[in-house]
Amino acid sequence: MDIIVCLKMVPDTSETEVRVDSTGKNILKVRLINTTNEADNYALETALLLKEKHGGTVTLISLGAQNVDEVLKMGLAKGADRAIRLTDGLFETGDAWTRTYALYQAISKNKFDLILTGCIASDDGNSQIGPSLAALLNIPSAAYVTKVEMLDNTKAKIDRELEGGILERKEISLPAVLTIQTGINTPRYPSIIGIKRAGSKPLDVFDAAKLNIDPKIIESLTELQQMYNPKVEAKAQFISGSDDEISEKLATLIREKAGL
Amino acid sequence: MIAVLIEHREAQIKDISFEMLTLAHQIANTQKQEVSCIILSDKCQPFADAVKNYCHNIICVENDLLNNFNNQIYLPILEKIITETKPTLTMIGHTGFGTDLAPYLSTKLSMPLLTDIFDVELSPDRLLIRRQMYGGKITAEIISKKLPAMVTVRTGSFEKILTSSSAIKGLNANITNVSFDIDQSILEKSKFLEYGEVPTTGIDITKSDVLVAVGRGIKEQKNLAVIEKFAEDIGGTLACTRPIIDAGWLPKDRQVGSSGKTVKPKVYIALGISGAFQHISGMKSAETIIAVNKDAEAPIFSVAHFGVVGDLLKIVPMLANRIKELKG
Ligand SMILES: Cc1cc2nc3c(=O)[nH]c(=O)nc-3n(C[C@H](O)[C@H](O)[C@H](O)COP(=O)(O)OP(=O)(O)OC[C@H]3O[C@@H](n4cnc5c(N)ncnc54)[C@H](O)[C@@H]3O)c2cc1C
Ligand SMILES: Nc1ncnc2c1ncn2[C@@H]1O[C@H](COP(=O)(O)O)[C@@H](O)[C@H]1O
Repeated sequence: MDIIVCLKMVPDTSETEVRVDSTGKNILKVRLINTTNEADNYALETALLLKEKHGGTVTLISLGAQNVDEVLKMGLAKGADRAIRLTDGLFETGDAWTRTYALYQAISKNKFDLILTGCIASDDGNSQIGPSLAALLNIPSAAYVTKVEMLDNTKAKIDRELEGGILERKEISLPAVLTIQTGINTPRYPSIIGIKRAGSKPLDVFDAAKLNIDPKIIESLTELQQMYNPKVEAKAQFISGSDDEISEKLATLIREKAGL
Repeated sequence: MIAVLIEHREAQIKDISFEMLTLAHQIANTQKQEVSCIILSDKCQPFADAVKNYCHNIICVENDLLNNFNNQIYLPILEKIITETKPTLTMIGHTGFGTDLAPYLSTKLSMPLLTDIFDVELSPDRLLIRRQMYGGKITAEIISKKLPAMVTVRTGSFEKILTSSSAIKGLNANITNVSFDIDQSILEKSKFLEYGEVPTTGIDITKSDVLVAVGRGIKEQKNLAVIEKFAEDIGGTLACTRPIIDAGWLPKDRQVGSSGKTVKPKVYIALGISGAFQHISGMKSAETIIAVNKDAEAPIFSVAHFGVVGDLLKIVPMLANRIKELKG
């Protein structure tokens, strides 16, 4: 089984302030550490587990500047066979459509049975690229997948997550695109040997010209006007002081509210 | 025309349908446009009855194969309806169904798609939406460079529509039944089997008056013990965010949020929780919310009533001691 996994590099903003830069159209990235998008780690693990069980290859694709190689190399170290990076000024200025089309052009030049993406990118939060890719490739797709089980070479049984802990169980024929939800498995860490081997695995770089992409086709359909930190209407009443004072005030508050 | 795709599951119409109708009328009013509902089901009548006083037109496609949502069956039908009726804006819920369907559909229709939006401004030649990015730390305003366009609407962003609202008094929609021959071979590609439920361990966090919820801020599994003890001491139950479940540290029935449980305790203590929309939507109705987070700008502080900026691993043990003292 040949599997393609789409990996996105994202800035980790979970524990830091996020500030908008002077253009108003991007965030200040200086102090931020880049990582593999959380859901994509689970997508990669899904691919590696399927490969271990059914044989085949795992190809990684990422669209971005050279620093994205870090993410690809990490994936190769974990056990993927090869990696492709798509890079072009045209892609960087684009929107979800631009990126989907570029990924589509690269993917359609490869052999595959399954394409796995994350269900959501933690930066833009679009939840869009996986099913859009499937539409361009004209193959079925399923979003927010929490279980994949191969029935035979051409069919998979999957669970999809709906609201409130309900799952939609379905059968889907391959080739297909699945967008993988977090928690589906336990992503592995790369081994020392894996890291050593990664260096010798192929990592090819393509730009728009190499992919034969007409710049007109990938023109974005949407345009970011501005970004800002959300206006907060009802902000919490902050309890301050030394840790000791805080604990005392909190204890009193909890006793009152919880009726201890 | 503004089109709203009615979402339903197991014979129940979903709240998001009525929330989208509120938004649709907000936009339609300023634009003097009509609002249309699209219903795909094995039995359309009950859903048509539920929305007929809230829209100008209803387009129904009734077919036994539409008894359960299936993105691959919905696609060709919606492609045809949207191509023929040309709504300026099509609205779909940003839900398990909508996120499975909308990106595929919009791409087939070569239409711009803006997902997970919570606000829309539409003028004759321009669509502007607002949505969150970076886990709720940024709001973005984005325009669609062309119309018609499609949006997926964040759940709970709008009130459910009321018959009494002046915009819709006296509406009684025209119902158009459209027949569509569903190509059975689609089932070969994508077939609904059943709905499943996540197994439970017998704990029901929705029944507890006091919840102590932990997020990724607890850093390591071994830190859970202190928090669990603290929860016990104040007569509360331990709950958590999704990443704690994903890591396998607690069972799924402890998860609060859109893909977990919706809770409404007297007191909700959020420890090391950033306050992502998917979490907040499950706990924002708690009577008193107390949040401890080391990031002063964590979105959780916009729903919390009381906040502490600090390290939970330092504060909770001290707090636990204080509580013990108070209890004597
Ligand atoms: C379809 C879908 C459904 C989802 N459903 C749910 C759901 O039902 N429930 C849910 O919770 N999530 C859900 N999520 C995930 C959600 O988007 C967030 O990723 C998640 O809620 C974040 O959890 P968190 O706050 O624990 O972690 P993070 O966002 O990583 O936040 C950790 C916080 O801890 C703070 N912190 C770190 N160290 C300390 C310390 N020592 N002391 C104090 N604070 C500290 C940090 O400042 C940070 O704010 C869903 C996502 C998707 C895409
Ligand atoms: N630049 C990118 N390179 C590779 N894959 C991407 C890129 N952007 C998005 N993806 C994939 O698409 C998924 C969903 O992204 P999004 O639609 O932006 O939320 C991500 O989890 C990735 O798997």
